[in-house]
Amino acid sequence: MLGLGNLLLSDEGVGVHAVTALRERYDLPDGVEVLDGGTAGMDLLDIIAGRDTIIVVDAVRREGAAAGTLLTFRGDDIRAAFGARLSPHQLGLLDVLAATSLLGEAPGAVTVIGVVPAHLDLGLELSAAVAASLDALLARIADELASIGIVLRKHRP
Amino acid sequence: MRITVDPITRIEGHLRIDCDVDGGKVTNAWSSGQMWRGIELILKDRDPRDAWVFAQRICGVCTTVHAIVSVRAVENALGLEVPLNAQYIRNMIIAAHAVHDHIVHFYQLSALDWVDIVSALSADPAKAAQIAQSLSDWPRNSVQEFAAVQNKLKDFVASGQLGVFGSGYWGHPAMKLPPEINLLAVVHYLQALEYQRKATLIVGVLGSKSPHIQNLAVGGVANPINLDSQSTLTLERLEKVRHNISELTDFVNKVYLVDVAAIAALYPDWTTYGAGVTNYLSVPEFPLDTKGTQFSLPGGHVKGGAGGYQAIASFNDKYFEDGVKESSKHAWYSGARPLHPYDGETEPKFTGFEDKGKYSWVKAPTFYDERAQVGPLANVLAMVTAGHEPTKKHLDRFMAIASAVYGSPLPLTALHSTLGRHGARAVRCAVLQDELSQQYDLLMANIGKGDYTTFNRPVFPRGEIRGFGFHEAPRGVLSHWTVIRNGKIVNYQAVVPSTWNAGPRDQNDKMGPYEASLMDNPIADPERPLEVIRTVHSFDPCLACAIHLFEPDRPTPITVTVR
Repeated sequence: MLGLGNLLLSDEGVGVHAVTALRERYDLPDGVEVLDGGTAGMDLLDIIAGRDTIIVVDAVRREGAAAGTLLTFRGDDIRAAFGARLSPHQLGLLDVLAATSLLGEAPGAVTVIGVVPAHLDLGLELSAAVAASLDALLARIADELASIGIVLRKHRP
Repeated sequence: MRITVDPITRIEGHLRIDCDVDGGKVTNAWSSGQMWRGIELILKDRDPRDAWVFAQRICGVCTTVHAIVSVRAVENALGLEVPLNAQYIRNMIIAAHAVHDHIVHFYQLSALDWVDIVSALSADPAKAAQIAQSLSDWPRNSVQEFAAVQNKLKDFVASGQLGVFGSGYWGHPAMKLPPEINLLAVVHYLQALEYQRKATLIVGVLGSKSPHIQNLAVGGVANPINLDSQSTLTLERLEKVRHNISELTDFVNKVYLVDVAAIAALYPDWTTYGAGVTNYLSVPEFPLDTKGTQFSLPGGHVKGGAGGYQAIASFNDKYFEDGVKESSKHAWYSGARPLHPYDGETEPKFTGFEDKGKYSWVKAPTFYDERAQVGPLANVLAMVTAGHEPTKKHLDRFMAIASAVYGSPLPLTALHSTLGRHGARAVRCAVLQDELSQQYDLLMANIGKGDYTTFNRPVFPRGEIRGFGFHEAPRGVLSHWTVIRNGKIVNYQAVVPSTWNAGPRDQNDKMGPYEASLMDNPIADPERPLEVIRTVHSFDPCLACAIHLFEPDRPTPITVTVR
């Protein structure tokens, strides 16, 4: 589970907020690793290479979609949606995934769970719309894990 | 004819470059940061002990550097000494991060400006391996490895996956390398992916986490040292660090430095374009004492023309502290005159792109009212001027390889160029590897003496204090400036390397280093201005703003407009 985003730019940081909330609310079973990847690029190569499954949570801009909308991209969809072109970032996730392919260490499956941001203004807080979608986002993450046979349990109070 | 490239690179941040082209050459240039950097505002009213945690989120590429320089700035304001173990651990993180950054910059971010991947398919692997072996005794220059990589490349092309190499400029008329050298570079491109991981691992072990290290503190580091306890910095972990340092040293000396020298020799024109601003600024690095008055690598001001050299000597250096100003005359901020960073203001005033007015979100820094180029070239020139022997040794070796491939001696003045910046970066990377080993030895020796101290507790006085921290980061001089009142931050400014290099015209309308370096660059095909990209990439551009949002609906993000 990799949360990506810039914590200083409000909704841009939703991926990082999501993994933090996930760790706070759930016991993570063995075999699941959760990481705040920030806005790193090639630093993530070692983390992504050779994994069975990678689930990425990130802000995703989508024309016409309301803030807080969840979008899921899988396998080839990710490449179709984002591929065959340069990333606007230093070295985006796709570049790192490409690098794992070149090394013959591509992860088995990759899913990107995207959240449509309301704004990317300077600030540490999520917008109201994206904050309100956090529960649904965590549920989506739990479903995703359940689909590969991993059941999350809430922390005992 | 006007060419606009927006954004210019697979880099952090949004940089737009405009060039006027006449007679196949660049005749005027503008460098424009397309995103507002107001991140310093987030630090106002915060506890200075926490500033580094936020500062390292400024940029996704340079995370550690902003963290390091932030604690240095606060320690400088307090006059706080830092224990030796903490200095050494920080120094190793700095060096390993920079080595990672330099390797990735050359191979993954800019080699394909010079190397034609498609041409590598027609290389003779035996001949390519023979050339590689004549240049270096790197054990992985075998015919078998070269042939295997070529086959892998053929598979990628056959399955339509060449896109994994990004959008290369294969087939461009400015590509000049023979197929065998292209294959050699592709082999090393793949090896670089493996070796940069070893540097990341060093940062991760020492910084407790990568990306975004967790181990810093104002006053030291939070790594408890106990060679036997599993939860701390143990002998086993340190041994892993040592092993990775040694493997990286081989890669940097036998592959990276050699490849850059060979490519520079095969593009001799590009050691004559791209000098730009030849007034150079760098700072010393790797403090060896608790106060930051002794450093293992020199830094200083190599003045333009025959202006001489002024060393920068300590973390309290007045010459550095007093020399820096930023002008907003051509940037989208209000403010009529250049300001010192302690008095810096960040009031946006957007006007649209005006050729003769304001056209960038980046301010224009000056050092004693002159533009300065920063980065590994600036630092290598300072280290050589200061007589630093390890730098001279690596530079001599670099020049010898380049001259041998070229067939006659290349002058040192060739460093003031587009490929000179790549060369200096490779030389500095070799110096950093030596430092990484030395800092490791210093740490082990100090622990061996029974010194386990890693932290001095900061105490904030009532009233106002101010301080600055500097750091010779992979892209050059980075400085943070802070004013603290009653234990809270009241002003915080970051003057980042790419601000020095990518800044717009200054108060006197003088061009910044990117702009000046583009002048007179040849342009073979205005629709595919590879030459512009070569020169800007040679600075290792990064606009430190770290927006990295996915934009699936956005059309191809790089647009080149010619009008």
